[in-house]
Amino acid sequence: MGKIQVGNITDIDILGSRTIQIDDIEVAVFRLSDGTVKAVENRCPHKGGKLSEGMVCGSSVHCPLHDWKIDLNSGEVHKPDDGCITTYLTEVDETNGSIYITL
Amino acid sequence: MSHVKRLVLIGNGMAGMRTIEHILKLSTEAYEITVFGEEPHPNYNRIMLSSVLAGGVELSDIVINDWDWYTENNIKLYTGDPVTSIDSVGKKVISASGIEVAYDILIMATGSNPFMLPLPGANKEGVIGFRNIKDCQIMMDTSKTYKKAAVIGGGLLGLEAARGLLNLGMDVNVIHIHKYLMDRQLDQSASLMLQHDLEQQGMKFLLEKHTASIVGRRRVQGLTFADGGEIEADLVIMAVGITPNVELAKRTGLKVNRGIVVNDYMETSIPGIYAVGECAEHRGIAYGLVAPLYEQGAVLAKRLAGTVTAGYAGSVTSTKLKVSGVDVFSAGYFNDKPGMRSLRFQDEIDGIYKKIVIQDNRLVGAVLFGDITDGAPLFSLIKSGESIEGREKELLLGFSTGKAGESLASKLGKMADDEIICGCNGVTKGTIAEAIGNGCSSVAEIKMCTKATGSCGGCKPQVEALLQLYAGDTIGEPVKEGICGCTSLGRDEIVESMKAMHLMSVKEVMNVLEWREPEGCSKCRPALNYYLGMLYPAEYKDEKESRFANERYHANIQKDGTYSVIPRIYGGVTSPAELKKIATVAEKYDVPLVKFTGGQRLDLFGVKKEDLPGIWEELDMPSGHGYGKALRTVKTCVGNTFCRFGTQDAIGMGIRLEKAFERINTPAKVKLAVSGCPRNCAEATVKDLGVVAIDGGWELYVGGNAGVKVRASEFLCVVKTEDEVVEWTSAYLQYYRENANWNERTANWIERVGLESIIKALENAEDRQALMGRIEETLSYSKDPWKDIINNDDLRKNFHTLSGVETVNS
Ligand SMILES: Cc1cc2nc3c(=O)[nH]c(=O)nc-3n(C[C@H](O)[C@H](O)[C@H](O)COP(=O)(O)OP(=O)(O)OC[C@H]3O[C@@H](n4cnc5c(N)ncnc54)[C@H](O)[C@@H]3O)c2cc1C
Ligand code: SF4
Ligand code: FES
Repeated sequence: MGKIQVGNITDIDILGSRTIQIDDIEVAVFRLSDGTVKAVENRCPHKGGKLSEGMVCGSSVHCPLHDWKIDLNSGEVHKPDDGCITTYLTEVDETNGSIYITL
Repeated sequence: MSHVKRLVLIGNGMAGMRTIEHILKLSTEAYEITVFGEEPHPNYNRIMLSSVLAGGVELSDIVINDWDWYTENNIKLYTGDPVTSIDSVGKKVISASGIEVAYDILIMATGSNPFMLPLPGANKEGVIGFRNIKDCQIMMDTSKTYKKAAVIGGGLLGLEAARGLLNLGMDVNVIHIHKYLMDRQLDQSASLMLQHDLEQQGMKFLLEKHTASIVGRRRVQGLTFADGGEIEADLVIMAVGITPNVELAKRTGLKVNRGIVVNDYMETSIPGIYAVGECAEHRGIAYGLVAPLYEQGAVLAKRLAGTVTAGYAGSVTSTKLKVSGVDVFSAGYFNDKPGMRSLRFQDEIDGIYKKIVIQDNRLVGAVLFGDITDGAPLFSLIKSGESIEGREKELLLGFSTGKAGESLASKLGKMADDEIICGCNGVTKGTIAEAIGNGCSSVAEIKMCTKATGSCGGCKPQVEALLQLYAGDTIGEPVKEGICGCTSLGRDEIVESMKAMHLMSVKEVMNVLEWREPEGCSKCRPALNYYLGMLYPAEYKDEKESRFANERYHANIQKDGTYSVIPRIYGGVTSPAELKKIATVAEKYDVPLVKFTGGQRLDLFGVKKEDLPGIWEELDMPSGHGYGKALRTVKTCVGNTFCRFGTQDAIGMGIRLEKAFERINTPAKVKLAVSGCPRNCAEATVKDLGVVAIDGGWELYVGGNAGVKVRASEFLCVVKTEDEVVEWTSAYLQYYRENANWNERTANWIERVGLESIIKALENAEDRQALMGRIEETLSYSKDPWKDIINNDDLRKNFHTLSGVETVNS
């Protein structure tokens, strides 16, 4: 599809997350403690938990429903569980803090 | 060809089966074994019936040898089928159902029967002894429909029965013929202290009373006394003593006095027939405690397995009362006779009493009340009969060094190897140390290899301390389990470090304590956040990013990602106006499901996240914290406001508690309840803290749970006023906050640390007030989270999706 502006870095708390609906996909956008922003499909591969409501540790998020741990860089589920989610490329404009994601 | 010898055991109880186990250990193939039991159960731990009755232990937990065990050991077991006759000439036994089994060796281990006073009316329904699972079940069932119990007999068994019945919600009178309780084990001072403590627990005593008759129609309705008095009773437990079960032995022609007469090798008057346990009389004594019976069993087993052994020479016995919150120990002579002298120590403030009885410079008896840690070493001295000259004072004031407050571990360290730790099973310190050396690394494993803690369980603290003492260097560096995979540190080490280094943020803790994962995980982060908030209520700023979704969004996340909203309804009391308001909000926001919760509140389910702040605003009610590790509900019954049974204002008490503790963060969720009388309609005895009104006071129960594993709460104390209820509750909750592991419910916590340690921490009024001060301080900083979010845009933004999508050069 292309690059979409989804708000500003100040819209998201550190180690927090916001969501955005793009067509029929719900995307969770996370802000990590190092200032980077990650965007993934907001659906846990286990039973569809909303990852945006999970706890962020380092570059992973723990699903709020059954605590699966998902890597926000690769989209891979940590062992011993299995699965993968879609990740999206993100960029933050250094000058004004705008966040862009590429679908 | 010599055939395999046939061994028959009559009595599938503690002494007989212990003998069989011992024989199996000593000689593998020698016998073909058949066991007859009158009860329909496999061998179980009779001692623990008291604990089953008091709650917290299930009948299934007390089985010693389960069905499979018999099969695995090739033992033929007939249960529910008593032996009715013995043909000692033809050498065979015949059971009630007609089974005939021939024997070469016959062991009688038929135990005792409760002595039933031959009073008029003693055969009425509802009059029982306390001996077996059936009695225990009758008591538990009766307590569901009847409320008034009378226990005849103020000895060990009677008091344990009474405590159990109290826990079952019955009103209990203990009738004792003497002026002093447990007069067979205690002197007057200890007895009075005991009486006082038990009265505090709600037990009532009628002393120096002779029961004259039992009245009622088919079922008992009351008792009358020789002095003309009477009381009502729907259940009567006779616990005045036991008589050896010698019926069958007599019919067989064995020599019988009080018990079946045996010599030092447990041989009866007929060759080939032996007797062990409570049914046997050795040198004029029929014992009624397991320790001596197990010694008898050991001698008999060795004899039958063909091992050389010294004969049984009789035992000195010691007893402990298994009533939670009351520590009593007694061994040997408890009252000095001519030629003996005794030394006493009494500390009225801490409720401690000690007495040692000395004859010819040897210790011959001891009574301990309040603090019984010296029981085991004193008992060893009594048994060894060594001279204690010059050490009397030291023994009285505290074992070995006499230093008050010396830790259990250091006392155990100094203890000689041959001192007995587990009195029931005669297991020495040396045996336990050896088991640990051979790789046992938990109390359960030690129990498996040595039997220590396997009977009354009273020695568990000592065994645990020994494990601590020896596990470290004998089995090498044990694999240490930290609170999660990010660290090898346990909860206490972490909290200690936080205090010592004044660590003030989750990040700092993980940094300084060298976490393996720099940002931790979903287990440790919330835990650290909780501990810091608990330690520094004023300074620490709660980290919402270290809390679960529920506690971040102050609502309960559901499986479809929607939330549920529970406003606070204090004590479950609402009003038409409030109900209308809730109804209006539910309609306006299209709430798909409105349901009453188990905790007497209304829950609005299926709420979209973005609607949460709006709903809160319009409800204009405080958060019910139905989602947090916090005080959830205080369930109440209607109490004396409307109920004809109510003795106190349960609703008022509940509302007061809920208002006092709403918003408090706790290691895990906390549920309270208040019932207006012992009928307990608010189910207070399965709550983290339950308050049950009695006439003129309130009983407090703690550590209950009706969740994954049902656990009845344990009795904490009785108080008179509502202020005292609040004081005790404050102190208990704060002590829990300060000491439990994060995510540990009070039930698990109490199971881990033991009720005694909690009582110890709370029994002193000064300590209680200090704890109360700290919880009040913490509460003073708490705010209603819903109001907080409604009024703060920065917090409120997180409830909405991002907007302003804009396609850039697609
Ligand atoms: C509630 C309670 C609490 C106790 N607490 C303690 C304590 O804290 N410490 C302590 O040391 N002791 C305690 N005791 C005492 C202890 O339980 C007994 O001393 C011990 O169980 C006696 O063992 P036994 O094998 O002699 O008899 P039992 O364990 O009574 O076994 C005898 C068995 O033989 C069966 N039997 C009888 N006649 C026949 C027959 N003709 N055919 C087949 N089977 C028959 C009986 O049904 C019974 O099951 C307690 C007892 C009770 C009831
Ligand atoms: S517990 Fe409460 S409602 Fe139930 S009978 Fe007692 S006072 Fe009445
Ligand atoms: S739905 Fe995510 S862990 Fe189960």
